[in-house]
Amino acid sequence: MALRMPAPDQDVLARRREIVAALREIVPGEGVIDAEDELRAYECDALSVYRQLPMVAVLPSTTDQVSRILRYCHENRVRVVPRGAGTSLSGGALPLADGVLLGLGKFNKILDIDYANRTVTAQPGVTNLGISTAVASSGFYYAPDPSSQIACTIGGNIAENSGGVHSLKYGLTTNNVLGIEMVLVTGEVIRLGGKHLDSEGYDLLGLVTGSEGLLGVVTEVTVRILKKPSTARAVLIGFPSNEDAGDCVAAIIAAGIIPGGMEMMDRPAIHATEDFVHAGYPLDVEALLIVELDGPKVEVDHLIEQVAGIARARKSMTLRISQTEEERALFWAGRKSAFPAVGRITPDYMCMDGTIPRKKLPEVLARMRELSEKHRLRFCNVFHAGDGNLHPLILFDANKSDELERAEKFGADILRLCVEVGGVLTGEHGVGIEKRDLMDTMFDDVDLAQQLRIKCAFDPESLLNPGKVFPVLHRCAEMGRMIVNKGHLPFPDLPRF
Amino acid sequence: MTKPRDADDVRQAVADAAAAGTPLEVVGRGTKRGLGRPMQTGASLDLSGLSGIPLYEPDELVMTALAGTPLADVEATLKAQNQRLAFEPADLGPLYGAPENAASIGGVFASNLSGPGRLRHGAARDHLLGLKAVNGTGEFFKTGGRVVKNVTGYDLCKLLAGSHGTLAAMTEVTFKVLPIPEKTRTVLIFGLDDGRAREAMSAALGSPHEVIAAAHLPTSVATRSSVAYVSGAGRGVTAIRVEGPAPSAEHRCKALREELAPFGATEELHGMNSATLWRELGDARPFVGDPRPLWRLSVPPTEGPQAIARIARTMQAEWFYDWGGGLVWLAVSPSADAGAAAIREALGGGHATLVRADDAVRRAVPVFQPQAAPLAALAKRVKESMDPKGILNPGRMD
Ligand SMILES: Cc1cc2nc3c(=O)[nH]c(=O)nc-3n(C[C@H](O)[C@H](O)[C@H](O)COP(=O)(O)OP(=O)(O)OC[C@H]3O[C@@H](n4cnc5c(N)ncnc54)[C@H](O)[C@@H]3O)c2cc1C
Repeated sequence: MALRMPAPDQDVLARRREIVAALREIVPGEGVIDAEDELRAYECDALSVYRQLPMVAVLPSTTDQVSRILRYCHENRVRVVPRGAGTSLSGGALPLADGVLLGLGKFNKILDIDYANRTVTAQPGVTNLGISTAVASSGFYYAPDPSSQIACTIGGNIAENSGGVHSLKYGLTTNNVLGIEMVLVTGEVIRLGGKHLDSEGYDLLGLVTGSEGLLGVVTEVTVRILKKPSTARAVLIGFPSNEDAGDCVAAIIAAGIIPGGMEMMDRPAIHATEDFVHAGYPLDVEALLIVELDGPKVEVDHLIEQVAGIARARKSMTLRISQTEEERALFWAGRKSAFPAVGRITPDYMCMDGTIPRKKLPEVLARMRELSEKHRLRFCNVFHAGDGNLHPLILFDANKSDELERAEKFGADILRLCVEVGGVLTGEHGVGIEKRDLMDTMFDDVDLAQQLRIKCAFDPESLLNPGKVFPVLHRCAEMGRMIVNKGHLPFPDLPRF
Repeated sequence: MTKPRDADDVRQAVADAAAAGTPLEVVGRGTKRGLGRPMQTGASLDLSGLSGIPLYEPDELVMTALAGTPLADVEATLKAQNQRLAFEPADLGPLYGAPENAASIGGVFASNLSGPGRLRHGAARDHLLGLKAVNGTGEFFKTGGRVVKNVTGYDLCKLLAGSHGTLAAMTEVTFKVLPIPEKTRTVLIFGLDDGRAREAMSAALGSPHEVIAAAHLPTSVATRSSVAYVSGAGRGVTAIRVEGPAPSAEHRCKALREELAPFGATEELHGMNSATLWRELGDARPFVGDPRPLWRLSVPPTEGPQAIARIARTMQAEWFYDWGGGLVWLAVSPSADAGAAAIREALGGGHATLVRADDAVRRAVPVFQPQAAPLAALAKRVKESMDPKGILNPGRMD
């Protein structure tokens, strides 16, 4: 791999035994892992083309232990990488050779369910679905629903500000989290928010959400839960072209309808998923749209007719409205298993995650086809169409000489394209290591320096998850004094990593 | 007083102030100058000259406005396309003697003041997608973008929303807009005390009827409403709002009236009356033109009535609830600390902001809830990361 991570600190590596012993003082028993074969379990996250064994892994089970681990690491200048379930698609949980991998898997309890205030408080290692399951019998659920929800943790969701197909109507993690307990790199424990709304001072909760484990370790989470809508129905609509499907999406939004979910797949994705789950998708269409409406039955019935009308006026070739809960689930089955379905038709794939203004979709799809030819790699598209979040999947074979490199270049070109048309590098998967070196396509040096100074306010020695998100690592002391001239940082040739 | 014409002027003005060490008061249209601690500043940076809407794409649900643009212009432009700001910006200007509807859009986001719809639709901060700003060293930076789904870098939009001009001077904001629902209905329940009202609101919010807003007005506050159904009730009034396409708003309203009937007699408000009531509540109208110190408490909804009961035992007070009981507007009789110690002591969780009081009182007590030491120290480092010399609205949030 070509990716450069911060050079391992030889001094820290030399102190490995001492560090392991100190961690064992804090977390007794099997909570400290230093055997190579056991460390393998942590060597990568879901961006598995990048791998690195951590120096040691530690699995604390109390906030006090997390606090003591961080205080120790801070005092001894040891780097720390927090990890939830390791489903990050951007390499956020990739370990460091000289770093402690801090796993939160033992923080797996639901602490409080409060129906009167409509909140759940959970430890960060509870899975996203675990929260919904805990309140399902009372008809409640937690709205953000990443496809990885059976595995990914609520702590990881906070770190990545994850979304799901229902985020169009119900928002992302940041819009649904009310409070957290977090341990700072110094070991200090702070609480942000709670069961009430809005922050009392600066909205540090909003800042920490989506900060990819760089600002602190989340040890408790309070989220808002919602009552399940009484009815949900989906429409499955096939179109002769991506452009027509894109027009239909724009027309639905323009009509003032905000569906519970609105997802699109292109022809290769339709075929791959249909072969896999047999959802009954039409195979003669170029694009497929799934539009879900939820709410009281009268509203759903009313809006579904409006959506069907809009689709028919826009060259829809096929249109099916789910008549039963089973049928609705079937419509979603294909979309929800898009990644594994694609995994069956290619040895490897890379999932991109740019967001674009919706109306740019036809242009972006056309240019992605050109890029596909240029890089000689196939791709297919699943797309959170309602909010413009694209997930192009690039198909490749890592065992073939230069395919991984070509796939990375293809991916980078796609993301540059997203930014060029007014979009962003990542909608929900995070920057991690994957898009780190593209940050300057969206931000200039001043923008990045401002973000890095925020990092310094939390973690001046850059011990928490270094090497992720930001392409340049400056010492915080330099940041304060940095004089910026016409948007250029001084000493642009200072070593990058 | 400096009145920049464009973002570059703002950058220059702040850079000059930073070089000279002159503290600046950052002002949008000046309607909420009485919010926060009184400050000692050498000059004012008046952003009202930055006005205009460079981008509005209704079918992308997005708008960009220069920070000094009147909120009224933004709302009128949206209304022409049948859209709105779903967080229902609270117009607090009149509480401080400013005219109605005179706020700037930048000020709305800088103070993160959301109205009744915040309960369902989120706060101002949830709608802010991107911005451009000048930090305290006179550097022009941007953050976020124009799309809803974006996790590229730290979310500095959230940080600047509610920072009351103490971190950076925003020059341009990009935000999410939403369609105006076809129909709105408000269910009124009469005669509940605070505790029962809280239970009624919890029941409504725990129903599948997608309640948008829920408030409770004790008798004396209800009497001051300009909506006859409310002022004429002569009792406490609890209000629950639903929205949606016509058939569903009507359905939800009917279902809620049935489900809430055990709590007391109900009535429903349509269109204009409903809009008037919620506007009054969002803007804290019952306490406009009133000399008393005014607090805004954000609490876990179930704890509101208990906290209020504790407070009412120690001082003369009047209040009403919004956000399903989670927001309490509380007016108390004037005193040296405006009741700060007793009010903050009474809270079981959440925070209390002294929204309105004489300068002397706001100098004597913290306007914003004091924070635990490690958090306060962190907030100070965050402030220094944007404004190392402390020249932007110095002390306003201390
Ligand atoms: C098949 C598949 C489908 C997916 N679908 C979606 C989707 O629909 N939407 C979506 O948004 N994402 C999706 N993802 C991505 C991923 O699931 C999310 O980013 C998820 O939030 C990561 O959670 P995790 O517990 O696995 O975190 P990890 O991968 O373990 O860690 C992710 C980041 O969070 C940090 N972190 C973890 N826990 C903490 C903590 N307690 N405190 C501080 N930092 C912490 C880590 O350091 C790392 O930077 C998908 C992934 C896969 C493999």
